[in-house]
Amino acid sequence: MEPLFALLVGALFAVSIYLFLSKHIIRVLMGVAILGNAVNLLIFTNGRLLREVPPVIPVDEATLQQAAANPLPQALILTAIVISFSFFAFLLVLGYRAFQELETDDTDEMRVAEPVDEEAPPLGY
Amino acid sequence: MRTVIFRTVAPYLTSLMVLFSIFVLLRGHNEPGGGFIGGLIAASAFAIYGIACGVAPVRRAIYFHPMAISAFGLFLSAIAGMISLPLSVPFMTGNWMKLYFFGVELDLSSVLIFDIGVYFVVVGAITSIALALEERDRD
Amino acid sequence: MAASSTAHVDLSQAMNVDPTPLADWLVVMPVAWCILAGAVLLMLRKRTEVQARIGVFALMVLCLLDAALFWRVANEGPFTMVMGRWLPPFGIAFTVDLLGAFFTMTSGLVALAAGIFGRDDVDSTGRRYGFYPFLLLLMAGVSGAFLTGDIFNLYVWFEVLLISSFGLLVLGSEREQIDGATKYAFLNLVGTTLFLVATGYLYGLFGTLNMADILVKAPELRETAPLMTLVCLYLLAFAMKAAAFPVNFWLPASYHTPKLVVSGLFGGLLTKIGIYALLRVLVMLFPVERTELGWVIAVLAAGTMLFGVLGALAQNDIRRSVGFLVISGIGMMLAGIALGSPSGLAGAIFYAAHSMVVMTAIYFAAGIGGRLSGSFLLSRSGGIYASHAILAFTTLALFLSMTGLPPFSGLWPKVMLVKASLDVGEWWLAATILVTGFLTTITVGRIWALAYWKPRAEGAEAAPADRSVPATSVIGLGMLTVLTVVFGLWPEPLIAISQDAARGLIDTSSYVLSVFPGEVPQ
Repeated sequence: MEPLFALLVGALFAVSIYLFLSKHIIRVLMGVAILGNAVNLLIFTNGRLLREVPPVIPVDEATLQQAAANPLPQALILTAIVISFSFFAFLLVLGYRAFQELETDDTDEMRVAEPVDEEAPPLGY
Repeated sequence: MRTVIFRTVAPYLTSLMVLFSIFVLLRGHNEPGGGFIGGLIAASAFAIYGIACGVAPVRRAIYFHPMAISAFGLFLSAIAGMISLPLSVPFMTGNWMKLYFFGVELDLSSVLIFDIGVYFVVVGAITSIALALEERDRD
Repeated sequence: MAASSTAHVDLSQAMNVDPTPLADWLVVMPVAWCILAGAVLLMLRKRTEVQARIGVFALMVLCLLDAALFWRVANEGPFTMVMGRWLPPFGIAFTVDLLGAFFTMTSGLVALAAGIFGRDDVDSTGRRYGFYPFLLLLMAGVSGAFLTGDIFNLYVWFEVLLISSFGLLVLGSEREQIDGATKYAFLNLVGTTLFLVATGYLYGLFGTLNMADILVKAPELRETAPLMTLVCLYLLAFAMKAAAFPVNFWLPASYHTPKLVVSGLFGGLLTKIGIYALLRVLVMLFPVERTELGWVIAVLAAGTMLFGVLGALAQNDIRRSVGFLVISGIGMMLAGIALGSPSGLAGAIFYAAHSMVVMTAIYFAAGIGGRLSGSFLLSRSGGIYASHAILAFTTLALFLSMTGLPPFSGLWPKVMLVKASLDVGEWWLAATILVTGFLTTITVGRIWALAYWKPRAEGAEAAPADRSVPATSVIGLGMLTVLTVVFGLWPEPLIAISQDAARGLIDTSSYVLSVFPGEVPQ
């Protein structure tokens, strides 16, 4: 199972990096969404794909009775999902605001903070 | 989007979803569910209400600013961790107490307070982002 | 192993059953306090008049907590608290050693100065956007990053401080800020995602995320596991956070856009978190791989120093010039990490603390100066010395401190770094440090001569009518200036602390013992 997942993770990374290379914010945003999923699957695969048994202790027992899935990667992924989700939401709002304020989603044209025609510093006292 | 059918159904749908989100939140005590997913359900309920009836009615309906709701949740979660301080156990330890309520045994814990805090954080943060995006659509 | 009821389970196998002493709480209190205070402030967001009072009070309490923490660590050595009573490595551990406590305390002082300075620098609109709540949450992230003993938790604190830094960056939502924030947000997202990828691999190799546990397990895994790949990933991720050349371009694109107090905080604190993470992960956890990569880091360091200072020299805008100087300073710290010797690391740690204080103060001073002369452009400002001589001399002192001239605190770490690189025969690194210092002197000398000393040019637009400096700005700036002067004149305590902290990174037995009391030190 792991090699298959490794290929899938690789494909997702390739797609997201390709999208990141675009100069349009909207594509980069899609890249962000895919990148989050790629990383989550990567952590999941790194925790080894063991069993499909949930690691939950039954009510009348004190310990786990059989080998179960590794719960730690799931906890890590849950955290990472929450973070990447809030990040994505924030970036979405930011990208939208940038589109409204700067009237472009082309990063080449976003030169408000670093103007092209800035004066040169004075050369003498 | 703002058809008569949708606008008629939306309030009922929203109230049902908020109710369901509280159910999911409390169910998370012992079974799958919990604050995060409950909060997401509630936030999407508000988002639906916003799509159907506009952003202003949603802001009126939740009364507090979404960020303030979020902050309240954060406060609650941090307090849940601090309960351990007088009990001389480490930060964020799950502390339990049993309550007898009309003959029913209730297990209450600081974990539950933490989860309710998470619920508010998620409701506040996601609602505020959703409303911000919906507001922009109008103008 | 089937126990029939929970009564027979031996809790001491998995849980810490001893009562926790109150003093152990010091390690989480800076974080918990910041979150509590930040949450309260966020609830009171509309009450702009009480925000500043509560915010500054909360930051003062934070400084006291940091001081108590530092006092305990300096006297008793590292200590640990594991969340939720679980025994390490199962629970998330907060472990503080001298390095963490020292950085936490310095950052606390810087934040307090920023809180005081921000009272008048941030107008009520900015306050309604939440300057103080975000400042407190940023400090929760910063303190958490310095204090945690768990590498995934470090990632989480990185994200906490990143999200609050977004909030601070767009305070006011001007066009320029949104442009800067867009670049900052996307490029930093890539950096933290790389960190997460590396942490995923680390978990796959080690099966643990606790730093002390990684330290114990690394020697046997080194034979079989591709640790070098892992360390390269971490190096790239943290270099991006620290704005090291060639992955630094997000910093000059964004740091000059927000309010000056925010720029000061970012220039002082955020890049140093990247340096701290490099110290913690590369130097402490993977010393063998760091030694192998030493020359790579040294080349990066030299590139960062020169790129930063040459960039600064080419700017007309004072704020952008200072942004490039922040990058140049990062190169100095990287040089210490590249050397890896106790004296080099001590130099890097001292330089980081010095840079937190001085870079923040320089942004503050530049902010006041820009407000007085009405422009941040070198070609359009001037005449500050004529009207505000004390401010001009304070700024000059800060500039000289940054370039490393006596009698200010910038001198000592540079001396330590140059000596450390000459000790191991890396004369070219020492030469780069000195050349960078020289170029920095030219840069800041030019800024001071043109913007402060030179009389205002004939025909330049008139200076703003209100030329008073609020008392809070004076206090905020004065606090940091006094720090850099005092530690320039009496550097011995800081040198001793830096050397102890560097020794703690190389000899990790007390760190491991604080997490696993029974572990035999290697």
